[in-house]
Amino acid sequence: MTAPTVTVDRPGAREPLNPIAIRNDFPILATTTSRGKPLVYLDSAATSQKPNAVIDAVDEYNRTYNANVHRGIYEIGERATAAYEAARKSTARFINAPDAHEIVFTRNATEAINLVAYSWGRKSIGRGDAIVLTEMEHHANLVPWQLLVQEKDADLEFIPITDDGVLRLEVFEVLLRLKPKLVAFTHVSNTLGTINPVAEMTAMAHEAGALVLVDGAQAVPHVPVDVQAIGCDFYAFSGHKMLAPTGSGALWARRELLEAMPPFLAGGEMIREVHLRRSDWNAIPWKFEAGTPAIAEEIGMGVAAEYLMNLGMDRVREHERELLVYAFERFAREHPDVTLFGPMDPEIRSGVIPFDIPGVHPHDVAQVLDRLGIAIRAGHHCTMPLHERLDVPATARASFNVYTTRADIDALIDGIGEVQRVFGV
Amino acid sequence: MDDLYRDYILEHYRRPHNFGTMDDATSSYEGANPLCGDRITLQVRVRDGVLDGVAFTGRGCAISQASASLLTDEVKGKPVATATKLGSSDVLDMLGIEISPARMKCALLSLDTLQHALGAEGSPAEVSPAEGSPAEVSPAAERQPGAEA
Repeated sequence: MTAPTVTVDRPGAREPLNPIAIRNDFPILATTTSRGKPLVYLDSAATSQKPNAVIDAVDEYNRTYNANVHRGIYEIGERATAAYEAARKSTARFINAPDAHEIVFTRNATEAINLVAYSWGRKSIGRGDAIVLTEMEHHANLVPWQLLVQEKDADLEFIPITDDGVLRLEVFEVLLRLKPKLVAFTHVSNTLGTINPVAEMTAMAHEAGALVLVDGAQAVPHVPVDVQAIGCDFYAFSGHKMLAPTGSGALWARRELLEAMPPFLAGGEMIREVHLRRSDWNAIPWKFEAGTPAIAEEIGMGVAAEYLMNLGMDRVREHERELLVYAFERFAREHPDVTLFGPMDPEIRSGVIPFDIPGVHPHDVAQVLDRLGIAIRAGHHCTMPLHERLDVPATARASFNVYTTRADIDALIDGIGEVQRVFGV
Repeated sequence: MDDLYRDYILEHYRRPHNFGTMDDATSSYEGANPLCGDRITLQVRVRDGVLDGVAFTGRGCAISQASASLLTDEVKGKPVATATKLGSSDVLDMLGIEISPARMKCALLSLDTLQHALGAEGSPAEVSPAEGSPAEVSPAAERQPGAEA
């Protein structure tokens, strides 16, 4: 463990992140709850807090150049279009996409995955085809495929996990003999924090002739993402988990795939020419952006991407890895009776800690912690099949982001002690 | 510290009344809040229009389990017509604590389950057999909520 540092994080600096300085960028972290407790926010896997830079960018758009994009031949309209398209470039750079035109803005990762399931899936999946998923998928990367295979009379197969929440690649290898058309998996598990070996899995899938979709919703805020290095075909993510506003998100896909795919939603913006009985489609990515998009929110996502690149995603990752080591140590020393789920190797784990206090339901854990100002998630975290696999009805989950500190972990550890005191366990 | 986890709530959670199964139930129903992972299987035995037996098993948060314990105490021995008239406010009164909107489903799961169990009475399509093999009523004191949570 290295000692906490007090350097200011700016480009070029390779010192560890200083979350205490970063916290000043997030106004909500200075607030207190209605019970007068300082907010300890440990639910970033559900949604992240937003820095001033993002809040201000959204505000500036709304106050000074609110106009629709790709339409107005007037100053603020042109400015809105420029900002919206600049956000696309920042987002592309953030995941090292080779071409910003391969970034389709969506409302969130869910919409991005549905876009692929409807547009690519309905054209490419036929009767008896196999799609391989994993047991640890968020419902967003499960239910769209269920609908698709029901409609097409195709099949779903699942890569199982080990008891500590790691994908069993030896089973994946066997499943690939079914010659699936698509393999879709999460980059980082929202429930267990497992960081999957996405590049290796993509290479395996390609070798078997399958396309690969990666659900990056839980990865983009926490680990460096390079879609070219991963080699995947589709990469979906939400803005709101990576410090951007809700309603922002993106799908990245290789140009030739996007060009061959039929439109998803239809209407304005996505067309080139409309006649009464037929239309031609706009070029990518606008072909997939029907209707007025979430302009302010996507501009906010571009700013969030710049903010994170400025911090350096490798340093963000290192910060969370260190916090995880610290949290594991404190749990082991002070709450050895509390069950932790997921891989205990911090090298393959992101800052997500699902836990179970014997004798106390996760809802009650969350409720008592809430009274102490500590926000965690309790429930199934949109991974019901994974909870079935873990054989627990629900878990409590603490999760980190760039602004999480050791003091937050300390508050959680003390709070768990209070939960146990209230419940007499 | 707490206005929610009062002693009697925790007492009903740790040692719920009417916890167990009956082998001569006339109807049963399994209610669940899938979002929370709360689950209650409630059995009723109706004789001559009277709820002369009621038992439940399940696992879930303190609020859902305490509410099932309190509600089953309340309706046991009462005419079915009285039990079916109970509404949300009656259950919230029994709990006697302030329930936030997010926990309302936990608090009312037992009432919803009871109403289904009673509604199912005499309607074969909806009667689900008691879970597992016929068992005697297991003493509530033997239950270890922790082992199940």
